[in-house]
Amino acid sequence: MSSSFRLEMKSITKQFAGIPALQGVDFSVNGGQIHALLGANGAGKSTLMKILSGAYYPDEGEILAQGKLLELTSPAASKQGGIHCVYQEVDSALVPQLNVVENVMLDSLSAKNSRIWLNPTRMEEKVKSILNRLNVNIDIQSKVSDLSLAEKQMVLIARTLAQDAKVIIFDEPTAPLSESESRSFFRILHGLRDSGVACIFITHRLPEVLEHCDCVTVMRDGRKVHTGDTRETNAEQLIEQMLGKTFEEEFPKVDAEIGEVIFEASNIRRGHQLRGVDIKVRSGEIVAVVGLVGAGKTELARILSGADRMDSGAISMKGKSLKLKQPADAVAAGIVLVPEERRKQGIFIQDSVEHNLSLPVLDLVSRMGFVAARREKERANRLVDALGIKAASGKQALQYLSGGNQQKVAIGKWLESSSDVFIFDEPTKGVDIGAKSDIFRIIGDLAAQGKGILYFTCELAEGLGIGDRIAVMSDGQITKEFKRGEADQAQLLYYASGGTEVTTYEG
Amino acid sequence: MKDKALHFAFRYGAIIVIIGVITFFSVRLPYFFSLNNFADILGSITIVTFVAIGVTLSLIVDGFDLSVGSTVSLTTIGAASLMIWYEQPLYIVILVPLIIGAVIGLLNAFLIVKLRIPDLLATLAMMYIVGGIHKTYTQGYNIYNHMAFQDGTKAPGEMTKSFLQLGQGKWLGIPISVILLLIAVAVVHIFLTRTKYGRQMYVTGGNVEAARLSGIKVNKVRTLAYVASGVFAAIGGILFASRVGSGQIDAGSPLLMESVAAVFVGFSVFGAGKPNVIGTFIGSVLIGVLVNGLTMMNLQYFTHDIVKGTVLVLALAVTFYVLNRSKT
Repeated sequence: MSSSFRLEMKSITKQFAGIPALQGVDFSVNGGQIHALLGANGAGKSTLMKILSGAYYPDEGEILAQGKLLELTSPAASKQGGIHCVYQEVDSALVPQLNVVENVMLDSLSAKNSRIWLNPTRMEEKVKSILNRLNVNIDIQSKVSDLSLAEKQMVLIARTLAQDAKVIIFDEPTAPLSESESRSFFRILHGLRDSGVACIFITHRLPEVLEHCDCVTVMRDGRKVHTGDTRETNAEQLIEQMLGKTFEEEFPKVDAEIGEVIFEASNIRRGHQLRGVDIKVRSGEIVAVVGLVGAGKTELARILSGADRMDSGAISMKGKSLKLKQPADAVAAGIVLVPEERRKQGIFIQDSVEHNLSLPVLDLVSRMGFVAARREKERANRLVDALGIKAASGKQALQYLSGGNQQKVAIGKWLESSSDVFIFDEPTKGVDIGAKSDIFRIIGDLAAQGKGILYFTCELAEGLGIGDRIAVMSDGQITKEFKRGEADQAQLLYYASGGTEVTTYEG
Repeated sequence: MKDKALHFAFRYGAIIVIIGVITFFSVRLPYFFSLNNFADILGSITIVTFVAIGVTLSLIVDGFDLSVGSTVSLTTIGAASLMIWYEQPLYIVILVPLIIGAVIGLLNAFLIVKLRIPDLLATLAMMYIVGGIHKTYTQGYNIYNHMAFQDGTKAPGEMTKSFLQLGQGKWLGIPISVILLLIAVAVVHIFLTRTKYGRQMYVTGGNVEAARLSGIKVNKVRTLAYVASGVFAAIGGILFASRVGSGQIDAGSPLLMESVAAVFVGFSVFGAGKPNVIGTFIGSVLIGVLVNGLTMMNLQYFTHDIVKGTVLVLALAVTFYVLNRSKT
């Protein structure tokens, strides 16, 4: 095998709506090497990998394979160049009704030069030989829908090999795997490396990086901050490189007076995702709920706001117990949610700023059911000024605003709804730094008015910076609570990863 | 440049086509451009416009109601039979069909909102069920004054003058049905654009999850839209019975396609980009003008479907092409 294969990305720059996501990033990987890519949320590692897999095209910079320029204008072009990706969401890449053979050979079915007639025996032989090479034992006739998650992952890896992959990007492959499954995954990863494939390994688990990878690149804020041999670094150094400046230096917290408990949820359960969560919020208090992706934060936020039903548990507001059948019930009780999926769930993208802002308070701006245009406009203008929403006018459709301004609308529409509890689910996701500080100011102001805030985030630094109390969530439970100033990121990490892997980091 | 031309076509296309069609027929046909003929055209489109208002409402909540045509058939038969077979008073003759329409809407809503059957499939099934019911009910016969039954007896009743006034009467020279239609268009327009309920309907159709999280009871909104759709189809059915003075089998089946065409022509009127009742009205007018002109040009009746189908395809093409472009 040619272990001399070399892929280089040189000074890659990419902007989204004027916000830089990558700034002059260099990254290279060799055949026969496992290269770990580390970074916090928004550090730019997924953008970098999307460029490599052809989903995005860089604004500047070039990509070279064996010193020759590669034009990765589409996912198909990347695959042509031998670059493949094994996504974490294995189900989205497989056809569950088909068997292993058909799934492994899926791409050859759509290849331009493929034969019209299928040759089942030859396909089976090829798949068998690939699986042998991987040293994996799966019945090739079984339907993919019957396979376990780890086995599906193997099918995906086999599929990339069926297309002579030279570079394989693994996007957090071990996150959903059990420990023994992870072990066999790494056995295969080492096998791939030894056969000359260049492996890029995205993960949050530092022990995996140190144990299984040859070199590591750390990214932060769209830049590469470190590349080096894994033998010459340690977990502390890597964490330091990932984190950079502290949150509090950037976003000072607004003071608020903390009063009585206004909102209380106890023993909330739903399937495997939530396994008995208790949480309380006092008036004026910001409770940050931090946890890794998949810890059950969004599920909890949606149940507390009536968007989903719980299996069992109790929710009460100011001592009165609530039955939340639909979000309307929660809104009526004074609980509102600013959802994570802003564009899908929070706002009406084709509608105007004014209409979006007045939606939950149509009663306030209408008389006998008729919407008073003047009152609606006045109210919208007041909110636009107060929140610093940058829009040409109140009539502008939200689709033309930046993500940060859209988020301000999604929050702003609730501000005058006389709600008492505000639930924010990852409100700073996809938001630029300026809007971020506006959003923190708005949330701080709400707390100062005596509202109770539940702030769900997977960014540990944000949770530390904004929370009066920090609840750490892991695997459907709240595993630890800290008062403000009691914890640091390393401790949050420890409990967020179930208290087993001190150096696991979410990014 | 190309985009600008496209947006112009989207905004004013329907209006320009209407003016063009009217000019064309006026030049070709001596009697076309007259007040009488325009009154005729308006009279001829009242029924389909009522049905189309219902379709507009279901489309606003991002639904679709294929059952409106057979609802018209059932309610027109219902109204005629109540009068001719059972000699019921006027208010019963009007009320019962409206209730039938509302019940069909409720059933649609149950299938779509509660059982989560895709709207097209649910209302397709309902279209056949309702169509079957109305044929079974009449045994396949039209209902007319003092009709003879198979056993030799005769139906006791006939359509009363007051009922016929609805579809045939005039007030100050204007057909009463046209006056009713204009009132309905105005009321629905104000409801949709000026009240919070109208706003809630558009929002539900625009992004159902965001609407739900904003505290809107989206299932209620969607249910009411289907009920309204059924009721408007029922009004169309009553007017149909009154207009022709009898209960015709399958009266509503051509109306589904015409009303859907009207709504989609209306999508693009003045660049609304969403279902709206004024646009629907203008779409109906376009179809009415076309049918009227083609009839006067002595084109055979069955060729009309080709023209109407083409109008629908063009309207859909403009609407979806421009809408999809503006999204990206």
